[in-house]
Amino acid sequence: MKNHEDLEKFINSELTSKINNSFIKHETIYINIDHDRLLDVISFLKTSKETKFRQLIEITAVDYPENENRFKVVYLLLSHEYNQRIIIDYLIKENEVISSLTSIFPAANWMEREVFDMYGLNFKNHPDLRRILTDYGFEGHPLRKDFPLTGHNEVRYSEEQKKVIYEPVKLEQNYRNFDYESPWEGTKYIKEIKKS
Amino acid sequence: MAKEKKTLNLNFGPQHPAAHGVLRLILQLDGEVVEKADPHIGLLHRGTEKLIENKTYIQAVPYFDRLDYVAPMNQEHAFALAIEKILKIEVPSRARYIRVIFCEIGRILSHILNVTTQAMDVGALTPTLWGFEEREKLMGFYERVSGSRLHANYFRAGGVHKDLPNGLESDIDEFCEKFPKIIDDLETLLTDNRIFKQRNVDIGIVSKQDALDYSFSGVMLRGSGVAWDLRRSQPYDCYDDLEFKIPVGKNGDCYDRYLCRIEEMRESVKIIKQCLKNIPKGPIKTEDGKISPPPKKELKQSMEALIHHFKLFTEGYRVEKDEIYTAVEAPKGEFGVYLISDGSNKPYKCKIRAPGFTHLQAMDYLIKGHMLADVPAVLGSMDIVFGEVDR
Repeated sequence: MKNHEDLEKFINSELTSKINNSFIKHETIYINIDHDRLLDVISFLKTSKETKFRQLIEITAVDYPENENRFKVVYLLLSHEYNQRIIIDYLIKENEVISSLTSIFPAANWMEREVFDMYGLNFKNHPDLRRILTDYGFEGHPLRKDFPLTGHNEVRYSEEQKKVIYEPVKLEQNYRNFDYESPWEGTKYIKEIKKS
Repeated sequence: MAKEKKTLNLNFGPQHPAAHGVLRLILQLDGEVVEKADPHIGLLHRGTEKLIENKTYIQAVPYFDRLDYVAPMNQEHAFALAIEKILKIEVPSRARYIRVIFCEIGRILSHILNVTTQAMDVGALTPTLWGFEEREKLMGFYERVSGSRLHANYFRAGGVHKDLPNGLESDIDEFCEKFPKIIDDLETLLTDNRIFKQRNVDIGIVSKQDALDYSFSGVMLRGSGVAWDLRRSQPYDCYDDLEFKIPVGKNGDCYDRYLCRIEEMRESVKIIKQCLKNIPKGPIKTEDGKISPPPKKELKQSMEALIHHFKLFTEGYRVEKDEIYTAVEAPKGEFGVYLISDGSNKPYKCKIRAPGFTHLQAMDYLIKGHMLADVPAVLGSMDIVFGEVDR
């Protein structure tokens, strides 16, 4: 199906109970699902003749620390045949386990490892869930919003010990996070004058 | 008596010239045959995504140069397009052409580097010397337009930073006249070269289906016979108005990928020529003072320009709440930016989709059953740059 609207309708009618809501924006279809429906939805989108989303572009997560369901997990798929993109997301609590996509897309392997590394989300049935981008023996999950930008440890070569050593971060000057955003929203009285 | 089978673990890298950067590859060898490859990446991880979350939108642009540092402007392009789509900025026509010219220069830069270093990995030194002379000229163009040879920081949401300096257009045109001859010369060294073919033909074959399953993009996908190029299928900027061909491979081996890259360079030259011919005069960035800084001469006269200038270089611009994925056809494949804005002057989340990451992931699948000496050949044909793999 070439048309966004038709495709969205088709997906909605085929997966009625599995989709919470869907909309079209920026020439992309966005659908929101429950996390236990993930494998059904993805394998349908991949195999159905009308959708053919046969390539997994990316898996990532977003951290909203103030929410009860803290993480939003996002899957981006691409269909070459119909030239369509779809973004699937769901919300999840910090300690919940996610089903791994590796059985459907082998490419999910490293993407899920990255999400695990960066956000600390656990994947069920993943063949090899190790850290990927951070250092050996790293602690914490850097892309969580409560992880400091400067990190916890720094590395240097010690001339005395003749090896690389880890130390807590010491900064000559603390990282300064300027809040440049102006609170100025225009004078109130002019707005009120205009209204009346 | 049956011999006990022994496998040897070999540590390849992280400081190995054929690893194209800091890749640590743990290879399990049975004699000289590779049984398993486990790439350890992240040695160049700089936390780009975390840093971008803490910078304003304008300050985030230079980080994109430092991803795939052999084709910096292609990365900036994806980020600029993402912001433009959210803010619905109209980009002036001249800016679109300039951006395409420099994206194609980036493509040539990247492909020269890859083709020639791949040749070096399998034993040919001369192509590198010839190719790098041309790269030097191209980086000269980068320098003339942006002030630096590598980390350009040139594209902006809404256009480009500055107009082309005098004489640059004719110099690029002159380069385009001469460059196809250089490609011919490179081809005489490599395309029919017996050693080069022995090292690349039928090595690292990727089938169509596997290329899709492993999320390959760019030359890795086209080399396996899938005709897919974002410049054609989801055109951005002025690619719609240009005529160019998309070379597609047949066998999906290292040699086909090399041929695709050579052909793509020729097509890039054609694209640049068309752009130079059709490029209109006019503004090079949007004239919306809320997004792009005013011209210097206005600052001394116009109060409004002064305020805009001050606001842009302290607070930056705010981007309304939205969620978007934009992708461009970078030299290495589909480079995408998944951006979540929250209405403030900093991105809430900026996920960078690097093509090299998914390509390198398939290393184990590609190299299984090959000889140890094929590792550099396969690695070279994947076109890995660690700036973008590790981010």
